[in-house]
Amino acid sequence: MSTRAQPAATPPPPEAETEQAGPDRAALSAGARQERRLGWLLCAPAVVVMIAVTAYPIGYAVYLSLQRYDLRFPGQAKFVGLSNYGSVLSSPFWWDAFWVTLFITAVSVTIELVLGMGLALVMHRTIFWRGVVRTSVLIPYGIVTVVAAFSWQYAWTPELGYLAALLPSGEAPLTEQWPALWLIILAEVWKTTPFMALLLLAGLALVPEETLKAAMVDGATAWQRFTKVMLPLMKPAILVALLFRTLDAFRIFDNIYILTAGAQGTGSLSILGYDNLFTSLNLGIGSAISVLIFICVGIIAFAFVKLFGTAAPGAEVKR
Amino acid sequence: MAAAGKTHAARWGVLNVVVVLYALFPVWWIAALSFKDPGTLTDGDYIPRDWTLENYRGIFDTSEFTRALINSIGIALIATVIAVALGTMAAYAVARLRFPGKRVLIGMSLLIAMFPPISLVSPLFNIERIIGIFDTWIGLIIPYMTFSLPLAIYTLSAFFREIPWDLEKAAKVDGATPAQAFRLVIAPLAAPGVFTTAILVFIFCWNDFLFAISLTSTEAARTVPAAIAFFTGSSQFQQPTGSIAAAAVVITIPIIVFVLLFQRRIVAGLTSGAVKG
Repeated sequence: MSTRAQPAATPPPPEAETEQAGPDRAALSAGARQERRLGWLLCAPAVVVMIAVTAYPIGYAVYLSLQRYDLRFPGQAKFVGLSNYGSVLSSPFWWDAFWVTLFITAVSVTIELVLGMGLALVMHRTIFWRGVVRTSVLIPYGIVTVVAAFSWQYAWTPELGYLAALLPSGEAPLTEQWPALWLIILAEVWKTTPFMALLLLAGLALVPEETLKAAMVDGATAWQRFTKVMLPLMKPAILVALLFRTLDAFRIFDNIYILTAGAQGTGSLSILGYDNLFTSLNLGIGSAISVLIFICVGIIAFAFVKLFGTAAPGAEVKR
Repeated sequence: MAAAGKTHAARWGVLNVVVVLYALFPVWWIAALSFKDPGTLTDGDYIPRDWTLENYRGIFDTSEFTRALINSIGIALIATVIAVALGTMAAYAVARLRFPGKRVLIGMSLLIAMFPPISLVSPLFNIERIIGIFDTWIGLIIPYMTFSLPLAIYTLSAFFREIPWDLEKAAKVDGATPAQAFRLVIAPLAAPGVFTTAILVFIFCWNDFLFAISLTSTEAARTVPAAIAFFTGSSQFQQPTGSIAAAAVVITIPIIVFVLLFQRRIVAGLTSGAVKG
């Protein structure tokens, strides 16, 4: 308080006129105070809700993860330190789910990037039917994931599906690990490529037409124009799209739940967490898994921001 | 030259058809299934031979589906209204006002946008059981609202940055307080952005599956995506394929209507944050 009572101690900004600094500053700070109060008032409800529903529960999850807390034996609840983490990390179930999740994430995001870029270019360049194409592409994004997953499940169900009909009879791809994993990826890619494509389309709009024409005049081939001109200019949009899709793919749940329910070694980390909670009703272990998944996502986000310098979407960019 | 132009156009035509088929075929396929009667379900035709509404009649006969549909509509609508109201206030502050803590707010919403929902399922399950909102509407509205707040804040602050704020200044010169300037001048201009955000948030809530199956246990609050995962056939020897297909079509219709009507706006809303980020 005492330091704030002596505004004279802080040197006035060089451009300010010395004589008018006093009253001007007072008027400004009154306005600024009002602005500040309004800012806090307007943000307060959103902040309170976000903290109450995410920060508090994740703290509670950390607390639960340090307890033996099995809903079938509530009387045995007690503090067990890190032993739940030990059980999870030494269990093959965790590591199987971890590698499955990583595999699905890496493969589907890679395919989505390539396919999404293709889709974005078609949407960007096509002359006729542009509206129809863009509207169609939005539909997989908007459709309920569970519905999409059922469509793919039925497509591969022997006797029922058009895709299963292409296979030799007796084949049921969803009952074997590797075919099932690829079908999960297919369903994921179909559902979320449009999202990737739309973000990339926004990035394409950042590439000035004149720059491309200039490159063309200089004799750059189409491929050179794409890799040397378009990709570098689109880098921010590509990184944001990759970050969002990677984190989203990492928490894959709906598709797997419908297609295989995690059978035949196709369960992701989210499926593992769900099963521990609702099949074995073990809140301690389930919470330890929750916290570990949270940490994984944190590491991915941190790596993206640090390694690639992804700017926070919506944040003001430092230029 | 003309021939070259023609092959060019033809190539784009083929590409466009491929893209449209890629996007729509799986949707058409499940719609076709929903119109087949049990006898022709496995005939593999892409267009049903005998159209029937039997599957639709079947699902609307049971309370399981109608109840879930009411839950879905009610929960998604309420969560959307609250999230958009809170998001509008925060986004206005983010886009327009200078105040300490703004960066923290932006960082926090970004963090929540990336939050793995499964990490919240076990603590929320227990908290909701303890305070007695497990398996109720409010028990789903709260997480939906929270997870769509970052989306609302981002898209809205992007929209808000494009509003000509000189109008607000003019209002203030004429003696309006900041609150009045917001309510009387800016809010009407922001309405299209708010509406677009509401559609995005609604789609988000409508789609959720993980919270819907984790935080409900009966028909009281179970939404359609969760309900169709638990559908059973009318006898235990019958697969509920037709019913699931019909239910799937019913919950897809609102999305298709939104997309058809507001395609341009939805694209703008989804991408505005990404380009500026």
